[in-house]
Amino acid sequence: MKIEVKSLTKKYGDHRALNDISFILDGPKIYGLLGRNGAGKTTFMDILSGHIMASNGEILINGENPFDNQRLTESICLIKEGQNFKRDLKIKNVLKIYSYFYPNWDQELAENLIKEYNLDLNSKIKTLSKGMESALGITVGLASKAPITIFDEPYIGLDAPSRKKFYEIMLEEYQEKPRMIIFSTHLIDEVSLLFEEVLILREGSLVLQEESEILRNNTIAVSGTIEEVETFISGKEVIEKKQLAGMMTAYIYGTVEEAKMFGLNVEGVPIQELMIYLTERKKGA
Amino acid sequence: MKNSLDESKPIFMQIKEQLEDSIINGTIKAGERVPSTNEFAAFYKINPATAAKGINELVAEDILFKRRGVGMFVTDDAMQILIESRKKTFYENYMLPLKSEAIKLQISVEELMDMVKREDISNEN
Repeated sequence: MKIEVKSLTKKYGDHRALNDISFILDGPKIYGLLGRNGAGKTTFMDILSGHIMASNGEILINGENPFDNQRLTESICLIKEGQNFKRDLKIKNVLKIYSYFYPNWDQELAENLIKEYNLDLNSKIKTLSKGMESALGITVGLASKAPITIFDEPYIGLDAPSRKKFYEIMLEEYQEKPRMIIFSTHLIDEVSLLFEEVLILREGSLVLQEESEILRNNTIAVSGTIEEVETFISGKEVIEKKQLAGMMTAYIYGTVEEAKMFGLNVEGVPIQELMIYLTERKKGA
Repeated sequence: MKNSLDESKPIFMQIKEQLEDSIINGTIKAGERVPSTNEFAAFYKINPATAAKGINELVAEDILFKRRGVGMFVTDDAMQILIESRKKTFYENYMLPLKSEAIKLQISVEELMDMVKREDISNEN
């Protein structure tokens, strides 16, 4: 599947939830969609799933617009952080409905996950705890086997072992049959190793789209005396710098090797930290 | 085998280095099978494409070879190739930091040489 996002804008009154963003997602990959609250992640995923319309610009999936497009919507499964299901339905009804909707539905996987998460097929949605509702969302998302599966912070209330189980099964499923998975979460440290590519949104704009391994290779934190560090970073793209007692640490785009040659202390920057520095609400350095 | 990976460094490089270390220290010998991309991905919970990248580089360097449908195996020359290439990076990885720390501590070249020659700390690594 190929997703082309072209000059996409979504306005709510005067507020631009998405401000003229363009990018391409291509092929079966696990994408990490990151950003702070209000960055526009959910708006983007809603438009992508055909739930809402863009104000300007468009999203094309394999060349077609997803809004009100039955053939496309059955290849997209969006699981949100809550209210995915009607409150009065039983779990077994939910599974039934989704199994009719998604052509690749995997009933066996759904049943295994229901067991794994200790859910009762006869429970009504409104009686479920937050964690249980999230577990059901994850079950549906994975079992849909939709060529584009989107998880938007899918595990509110889900405990750490259950999240771990989710990552494991998601990975197994992906290995067995690669598909496009777009994953948005604030628990970046837990999943960043699963991302093949990362997108970071900030206040409705795309700040970065890059392969995670390239990010790990090309973003570094260098430390040394203020003078040394300033010399090294001059002319380079600096993400953030801080200093204490005559020493300075700068987060920049560069490689470990060049900083080492320069004799500076150097460390890589984990994606979670990079996201923090790139999305701080202040004027960029 | 390390228990977890370090996020501040490319993951494929860590997979690669780990296999290299296992070969250099003899844990995995010439002709033996190494874990597959999927085994690495499942063990470390990493993206399979990332694990594959590390393994593929070792194939390109003639350290591993692929037997269709069976898996990846260590080549006969693997150890020799690795030792040669590690020697090349020994200077950057060990000598440069050593020298820079020595300069910071105002250790003279003579003192440094004495330390290198000192027998009691002979440690092969």
